[in-house]
Amino acid sequence: MVDLTTLEGKDTPGKVASLCQKALRPSDNEQVPPVAAVCVYPSMVRHAKKQVGGTAVKVASVATAFPSGQAHLATRLAEVRGAVADGADEIDMVINRGAFLAGEFSRVQDEIAAVVQACGAAALKVILEVSELETYDSIRAASFLAMEVIRPGDFIKTSTGKTSLNATLGNNQVMIEAIRDFYLDTGVAIGMKPAGGIRTAKQALQFLIAVKETLGDEWLTQRRYRFGASSLLNDLLRQVEKERTGAYQAPYYFSEAAESY
Amino acid sequence: MATLKKSSALAPRPRTAIKSGGTRPPGALALRPISRPNGVRASAPGGRTPPELIFGDLWEYDPAPETADPKLLRRYELFIGGKFVAPKSKRYFDSINPGNEEKLAEIALANAADVDSAYAAAHAAQRDVWGKLPGRERAKYLYRIARLLQDRAREFAVAETLDGGKPIKESRDFDIPMAAAHFFYHAGWADKLEYVAPGRRLAPLGVVGQVIPWNFPLLMLAWKIAPALALGNCVVIKPAETTSITALKFAQLLIDAELPPGVVNIVTGAGETGAAVTTHPTAAKIAFTGSTEVGKIILRALAGTGKKLTMELGGKAANIIFDDAPLDQAVEGIVNGIFFNQGHVCCAGSRLLVHEPVADRVIAKLENRLKVLRVGDPMDKNTDLGAINSAQQLKTITELVESGVAEGAQMYQPPCRLPAKGYYFRPTVFTQVTQSHRIAREEIFGPVVSVLTFRTVEEAIEKANNTAYGLSAGVWTDKGSRILKLSTELKAGVVWANTYNKFDPSSPFGGYKESGFGREGGRQGLLDYAQLV
Repeated sequence: MVDLTTLEGKDTPGKVASLCQKALRPSDNEQVPPVAAVCVYPSMVRHAKKQVGGTAVKVASVATAFPSGQAHLATRLAEVRGAVADGADEIDMVINRGAFLAGEFSRVQDEIAAVVQACGAAALKVILEVSELETYDSIRAASFLAMEVIRPGDFIKTSTGKTSLNATLGNNQVMIEAIRDFYLDTGVAIGMKPAGGIRTAKQALQFLIAVKETLGDEWLTQRRYRFGASSLLNDLLRQVEKERTGAYQAPYYFSEAAESY
Repeated sequence: MATLKKSSALAPRPRTAIKSGGTRPPGALALRPISRPNGVRASAPGGRTPPELIFGDLWEYDPAPETADPKLLRRYELFIGGKFVAPKSKRYFDSINPGNEEKLAEIALANAADVDSAYAAAHAAQRDVWGKLPGRERAKYLYRIARLLQDRAREFAVAETLDGGKPIKESRDFDIPMAAAHFFYHAGWADKLEYVAPGRRLAPLGVVGQVIPWNFPLLMLAWKIAPALALGNCVVIKPAETTSITALKFAQLLIDAELPPGVVNIVTGAGETGAAVTTHPTAAKIAFTGSTEVGKIILRALAGTGKKLTMELGGKAANIIFDDAPLDQAVEGIVNGIFFNQGHVCCAGSRLLVHEPVADRVIAKLENRLKVLRVGDPMDKNTDLGAINSAQQLKTITELVESGVAEGAQMYQPPCRLPAKGYYFRPTVFTQVTQSHRIAREEIFGPVVSVLTFRTVEEAIEKANNTAYGLSAGVWTDKGSRILKLSTELKAGVVWANTYNKFDPSSPFGGYKESGFGREGGRQGLLDYAQLV
């Protein structure tokens, strides 16, 4: 359920390769499965694809002038097409918060619809950037704007991880309730991805409980729920080891992905 | 109703506010931008099975019985002149636990002679002791009573649940703490009465006769006794015959508080005892909480006697849900409004008025919520709905529900299991209800809600006010102006906004129209127990 992510200006093919290897084999414990996806910038898609192509790990690419989305629509769509052409299996787009806050809701929705077109076969995750929408009302409204035009199996996602406030239990709850109401109304199941700020297994458990209680068992799979959180992975592995050995291991027993260099 | 619904369903409905221009402020978006064509339920179109959420392997609740000792006696006497005395009638009646139909105790039956001696004791105490005590001294007793109630809260809560059938979580978290709060609140007033009405003085009325119902036995007793004592009145009070035990436990508490003898007298019995209490010539005031039917009998009997009166009678409250309300929270409010205390609440939100665009969605959410309500043993800490107070009340509820079905309303009850022994009734929702159905007009006083729909604010007001009652109402909306408009135009003593069944001793409670007159709680409540001189 975890998406491993590196989204930095200093990303290199080597760093992405390191991330991908961690994604494929998070731990030397054979029973630990690979992660759901690696999430990179568009220019890194082909490097990532070289590493994980043909495996269960998907390549997700942020696109649409991530993280601000402040570029012309044509540019953003071209970026999406480029990432898909390079082999991205999933696209993480950002919505046009400027338009949303200015009240141009139909424009926001039309742009999302255009990105859906540009995605082709790639799955889409729509990043609302909740910290810039600020209120729960807006988060709920933006969730519906997105859900009305994306396809079954696409996702809505809390945030880019590039602002001060990311996924919280509160905004996660607003979004999964929106997903629930949309599903009960239309029968279309939309996925959810909280991103940023979830660092420990204990936190992840709280999010999963919220999902279990609001959306039920069908959402407790990586097809419908993803954590966008890299540092969560090693804490999960620490817990797995603790369950196995009865003691917490030192952090240096777990290989790092890419986040610290 | 069927035709009404159909024509409204055909009315064109904009798909979304967002689609049609995008000029609405984000606030308006709290409203779900999706709407189903024709407002029919999701299950209907195309024969497709309605989407359902799957909550797989849920754990069953383990029993969580409250086990504190309620310290009950086998037999309770009358409490007159500060002592427990045997009734002159020499008769006793049984108090039954409605949760399992077992006998809890024997209660003395007061006849007219007993009531007479209670009034004599009260009169003497008022004339010689209580009426002469300064307010700050009366306050000390009231504070002491409040603290003793808090000390013995658990014991009282268990006794209340055993005797009345309400879930232990409600008697523990609402009835007993609220009763104590009323004594605290009025203790605070007792030495500040000169500030209530500037330029005037508040004098006690004398002896007050009080008759209280079975739905909140100890709490109603506190509502009645606390303001009366704070103002220097003495009291003859009759609890309901099915729920006398906590009142008599309270009598023991008064002895422990060393309240002067005769200030509070408790006579137990049924209708005849009540008639003796309300018609006694010594009473300067009669305070009654109960059914409108009995209230009218008392009013007829007392016409022309010059006694001061307050009546808190029945209700058929409208709980109004607008389309911009937070629906999940509103559903919790509906559940709290009608299923609190098994619906044995005079201000229960028994008529649910839902804005038509969200009606199907609200009903679907409500029915889903009902499926997880826990009906059963009142003593279990997880129980949401306990036992119906008496076999007689169960019969009344059953009869009215049958009338609803017979008159063509659509009934929904969740498939929960009820205990084999005891008086229980499933939470019930009626849809397709019209204004002329009995279930929309008569007070059911049980866990039964009738759902009606409306389209405009005016229609909501008209339907809400189309009742002989006027005790309370609820409004659920995001829009402040609607709340203000409705709170003025609804003919109800209390209007709750985005909440329901909220009480506080400082907030006056009482009705309009056939829901009675007079207020309890707050400054207004004080004035009903005083004469201005």
